[in-house]
Amino acid sequence: MSSTNSSSVGTLRVKRGLAEMLKGGVIMDVVTPEQARVAEDAGACAVMALERVPADIRRDGGVARMSDPEMIEAIKASVRIPVMAKARIGHFVEAQILESLGVDFVDESEVLTPADEKHHIDKFAFTVPFVCGATNLGEALRRVSEGACMIRSKGEAGTGNIVEAVRHLRSIFGDIRKITQADASELFDWAKNLQAPLPLVQEIAETGKFPVPIFCAGGIATPADAALAMQLGAEAVFVGSGIFKSDDPAPRAKAIVEATTHFRDPQILAKVSRGLGAPMTGIGMDEINEAQKFASRGW
Amino acid sequence: MNSCVGVLALQGAFAAHCESLASIGIKTIEVRTPEQLANVDALLMPGGESSTMSQLLESSGLFDPIAARIANGMPTFGTCAGMILLSSEILDGRSDQRSFNAIDVSVRRNAFGRQVDSFESDIDTRVGQFHGVFIRAPRIERVGPEVEVLGRLGDEPVLVQQGKVMAASFHPELSHDVRLHEYFVSLMPTAGKV
Repeated sequence: MSSTNSSSVGTLRVKRGLAEMLKGGVIMDVVTPEQARVAEDAGACAVMALERVPADIRRDGGVARMSDPEMIEAIKASVRIPVMAKARIGHFVEAQILESLGVDFVDESEVLTPADEKHHIDKFAFTVPFVCGATNLGEALRRVSEGACMIRSKGEAGTGNIVEAVRHLRSIFGDIRKITQADASELFDWAKNLQAPLPLVQEIAETGKFPVPIFCAGGIATPADAALAMQLGAEAVFVGSGIFKSDDPAPRAKAIVEATTHFRDPQILAKVSRGLGAPMTGIGMDEINEAQKFASRGW
Repeated sequence: MNSCVGVLALQGAFAAHCESLASIGIKTIEVRTPEQLANVDALLMPGGESSTMSQLLESSGLFDPIAARIANGMPTFGTCAGMILLSSEILDGRSDQRSFNAIDVSVRRNAFGRQVDSFESDIDTRVGQFHGVFIRAPRIERVGPEVEVLGRLGDEPVLVQQGKVMAASFHPELSHDVRLHEYFVSLMPTAGKV
């Protein structure tokens, strides 16, 4: 690559910048180069390369780890759009390996089995940007304080059920709205209650918005789900099992892309929702117990 | 009537461009449909994924109306993926990827490398030294005779103009520096503030 004397890589601005570029788009989980091409053909703005989609991880049980570098490289070679991959919470060596492979974003993900029960990865130590999941504003701000450049809701991955992601988005954006109304002395109390760094809470109060882009993940199965997440304030969506666990992935993927762009236009949403075949079956929250929930992983 | 800049909002960094334009007092509309396009006097095409935007330009029915507006002299500014869309030739793109052929340059998609190679660097431009943010950036590999180079990174062209069409391989919306947005707005016939 070309470089001049003053050029610098891996700055916060450059890392957060890629998150900015993914806004309004759909990031799709894929497990093969063929699926990656289907995703790109459908208009995905990025793919998440992994060995098993969350629905299968949930079904199989056991320890879920970073994917085989060989399959990540095969997916990288098959598309032109950015490729993301997942590392276990706190597993900074998996992240180092992913960075060396040249993936474009690392997801420090609760969908994989956590490697550290207390510490997340120090994400400032990396050139590659990170996305992390959050269920509430305090968790989201703790991840930003560790260097995350994008936050996504956790939802409950692999269920095809949007209810948890809605809970997380409502909680995060609801508290942001309240903080913008708080006075200076109330911000100390907010920081204490959220267990979040005060300067980041003050930044929200000043700017009226979260320091990095917030995307939705977890349970999106239909175009309407994607548009719901966007209307609740998410700036882009991740779709995990929802596409390739459905009857007819390609048209569903394209429909979710269009719904994410036209999320406020019910006529377009109605048009793209037609004739897509059966979505993934999905799981009710009362069908899984607390120990089976991915969203409670993360500290 | 106050003039208004449309920001193509199919996918990508449209929000940051809207903020930059708002900060210099320019009215903006997010453009996702032909009806919205009809209400704008200029169009900004943001960074993002050019293949995603190409598909959405077709499905939203925006491709042909935008091409017609550009042909009629609408000031248009494409950054990064937006530059790819405006170019006359895309190298390393998808085979089915269409472009507007609005500025006579050949651009290679992601030619500066993957995200780990993304960088920021000072560049020399028509409006003075500018801090450029390059994200998985495309490279201008050929500049046609009608095209004026407005900015370079070292020797390499990164900011170009042909008539009322501008293109940049970097992201002025991420630099907290509005000089290039001001330059673009000055291309509008009634350079209008709200």
